[in-house]
Amino acid sequence: MSLYCVQKLLYELNRDPHIRERYESDFEDLLTDYSLTEEEREAIAKPDIGLLYVMGVNGQILMHYAALRKYEWDEYIEAMREGLRKHGPVRAGLYATVGD
Amino acid sequence: MSLVFAGVCSHAPGITGRSERADPKVRDAFYENFDRMRLAIEAAKPDALIVVGAEHFANFFMNNMPAICIGMGEEYEGPIEDEEWLGIQRTKVPACPDLSKRIIERVMRDVDLAYAQEWKFDHGIMVPLHFLTPRYDMPIIPVNINCQGPPLIPLHRCYEFGRALRQACDEMPERIALIGTGGISHWPATPDSGKINEEWDRQFLDHFVNNRRDALLSYTDEETYRDAGQGGFEIRTFITVAGATEGAKGDLWFYAPIPIFAVGCTVAAMALQ
Repeated sequence: MSLYCVQKLLYELNRDPHIRERYESDFEDLLTDYSLTEEEREAIAKPDIGLLYVMGVNGQILMHYAALRKYEWDEYIEAMREGLRKHGPVRAGLYATVGD
Repeated sequence: MSLVFAGVCSHAPGITGRSERADPKVRDAFYENFDRMRLAIEAAKPDALIVVGAEHFANFFMNNMPAICIGMGEEYEGPIEDEEWLGIQRTKVPACPDLSKRIIERVMRDVDLAYAQEWKFDHGIMVPLHFLTPRYDMPIIPVNINCQGPPLIPLHRCYEFGRALRQACDEMPERIALIGTGGISHWPATPDSGKINEEWDRQFLDHFVNNRRDALLSYTDEETYRDAGQGGFEIRTFITVAGATEGAKGDLWFYAPIPIFAVGCTVAAMALQ
């Protein structure tokens, strides 16, 4: 359920201008609307793009959040690679549950 | 009237968003084939263009994820992504709600689906439109197939959906063009972004242009994930077009892996019977 909430927040942030306004005005307050663990909250707030990837956030959601947080494309790719090195394999979601 | 054009093409955001980083020779040859498709669509004089895309969490989320959804809006807009990031300016896109509704009603006789009267196009539709209808003057009927959030619709249901879509088009008085847009093998937006399995792509495309139904439907998601990445699940859009053109063969106009675009870039058209 928790990965669901992380992705829901980032999905809404990506597509909803009102959520983005709240992100800009009071991000901490916005985060309280979602049922997140402390690790998830920190990874989103920091942001730790690599950890979010390892947690299982879908790249189609994560790449837009990385762009919002001013990651250039190559930085975004490298952040995910660094996440794998630092935190180990993807824990949940599409990249962890299908196939090898 | 009937279906007057059918084809497939790629839609990766890098195609427009990172265009300056690609080998200009290969990139320009790819763009030329997009333009060839634009001319072919225009020559077919369609009243509307159906775009079967693979949505990427712009409109639909796992709180209510349709396996298949067809747009029925009064108008659309896109891209939902940052304009600079995608390299496409935000614009209104014309719709045809009445034709959409009639197509949905006809398809529903054979295939269950959802409809949506609101739709913000993401790169999956905007990148093809950028090349194929650059003046945004052709009414669009967007179609989404969930290729991202499993459980995913099985391939044979996509083929059946394509057949139902064709039946619907053939019963409408309007002239309708159809494109399917997806990646074949690719690992987009992941640490493996840029990886492309050309051999797998060429095999799949050979089955596609020859419309080998059994071969197209023989791929399992486990094999696709292993050999073609999670982006390979988007073959559902190609298979829908194969179903819509059952019995017809096609031509591969362009294929080349362009790693910075994170996909084997493809343009192909079917010879309609």
